[in-house]
Amino acid sequence: MTSGDEPDAAADTLAGGPRPGRARKTGPSRRQDRRLRGRGVPLPLLLPALLGLAFLLLPLLAILVRAPWSTLPDQLTSAEVWQALRLSLVCATSATLVCLVVGVPLAWLLARTDFPGRGLVRALVTLPLVLPPVVGGVALLLALGRNGIVGQWLDSWFGITLPFTTTGVVVAETFVALPFLVISVEGTLRAADPRYEEAATTLGASRFTAFRRVTLPLIAPGIAAGAVLAWARALGEFGATITFAGNFPGRTQTMPLAVYLALQNNPEAAIALSLVLLTVSIAVLAGLRDRWMTTS
Amino acid sequence: MTRSARRTLRTAGAGTAALLALTACSSSDSSDTKSAPAPSSSAKLSGTVTVFAAASLQESFTTLGKEFEKENPGTKVTFNFGGSDTLAASITGGAPADVFAAASPKTMAIVTDKKDAAGTPATFVRNQLEIATLPGNPDEVSSLKDLTRSGLKVVLCDRTVPCGAAAQKALDASNLKLTPVSYEQDVKSALTKVELKEADAAVVYKTDVKAAGDKVEGVEFPESANAVNDYPIALLKNAPNAAAAQAFIQLVKSAEGQKALSGAGFLKP
Repeated sequence: MTSGDEPDAAADTLAGGPRPGRARKTGPSRRQDRRLRGRGVPLPLLLPALLGLAFLLLPLLAILVRAPWSTLPDQLTSAEVWQALRLSLVCATSATLVCLVVGVPLAWLLARTDFPGRGLVRALVTLPLVLPPVVGGVALLLALGRNGIVGQWLDSWFGITLPFTTTGVVVAETFVALPFLVISVEGTLRAADPRYEEAATTLGASRFTAFRRVTLPLIAPGIAAGAVLAWARALGEFGATITFAGNFPGRTQTMPLAVYLALQNNPEAAIALSLVLLTVSIAVLAGLRDRWMTTS
Repeated sequence: MTRSARRTLRTAGAGTAALLALTACSSSDSSDTKSAPAPSSSAKLSGTVTVFAAASLQESFTTLGKEFEKENPGTKVTFNFGGSDTLAASITGGAPADVFAAASPKTMAIVTDKKDAAGTPATFVRNQLEIATLPGNPDEVSSLKDLTRSGLKVVLCDRTVPCGAAAQKALDASNLKLTPVSYEQDVKSALTKVELKEADAAVVYKTDVKAAGDKVEGVEFPESANAVNDYPIALLKNAPNAAAAQAFIQLVKSAEGQKALSGAGFLKP
């Protein structure tokens, strides 16, 4: 029965996302969970849950129903589509890598050290989550644009301008995706027992060695979960990208931008493009989810 | 939502943020009819007129809206400004609107093809393209051809929106090939890139250059005569407040309305 399986899958994804500690449960206990859940679900919980699920799935279903299946091959074989898709994948992956490089240390700092104003720093880190992406784009322009407070020095000293470049897309995507990684990794770090690290340091390892050899393997599933969330967020980024990096096919036109502009005069193409983005997202999310679940 | 947020932000720079935020909010809520228990006679117009209008009409229509409210106490005009295509799509999608003013006949046709307009749309103004450059025109742009110079960062509107289609027409007419750094999704965001000095020039409407004040400098070019956009306005079939909507359209077409529009840089039809 599909309607019985899907809430389980969704619940697993949620548990595996921000709280991978739960996902690392051993096989039997998870199976037990599932059995318990199947037996006595109170109706006041089941109904809203199914309603919520239907609400999330309905728009996706609508895309499938309204997709121009007959002309789909024509819509999708154009060079622009592949260009946009490739650019989307490259930029989202690059942004995720940048997030990993700066996000994991940032999360460690927030979870393992105590400094004045840490609460404020944490709030600021999550700001891009609630900020309208367009505002993020404007802020990036004012900071890193050719005339921005930092950007003007980048321009005059190194001749680097970020707006209207592929690097600009990566910058915009990193900005919106970074909080997802930091929150996820910080949560995992808080759930992980610091005594392992302490034991390592008392045995003579330096703080950094302990981090590298003990902490990092311990929180790997959390990092993977955060990376996938960040990647997915980067892939879907629209507002900050179009504001900061503009729209030029092959250079800054990612899939979401292509979808938006196609919608202006060719809704069928927009639906077709949405379908591609949807397929790629689901494929990667599903694939990577299994991978990080089995690493534990 | 993204659009209205950006729009609100842009105008914040222009200094009318509070006002715009107000219109943006109220425009999303069409059921907000200010039917106060005022002892008004039955012949008088009342209620909210919801106007969907092209982004380039923002400044002049906001002025006309206030004028209309003053002349017809008890009425309220709310606007939804945006790309004509997006607006047309929401109207055919069932958005409750009274009036649609589009930046091109093509976008108006989206609405009339679906038989969502009452009567025939009328062209009420025309708009011509102009080059917007940085203040003082430091790159000494004097013609459309100058924009093809290498090293110059130019933004155009995307071909899917009216200003981009017009720009392309002008370029084609003069056999010029121009590679911009970006194809922007509407005329206002193209202009914003120049206002923020991220781009050196943009091809936008005359009216936008005028509305931007001294933040950009306008350069006229003769090829723009080949790409003049007609702006049609129409009463919508399912208008919740047809009587007041009709009166608003009359105001736009009246001598007074035309004066406000030509003051903003629009051409007479």
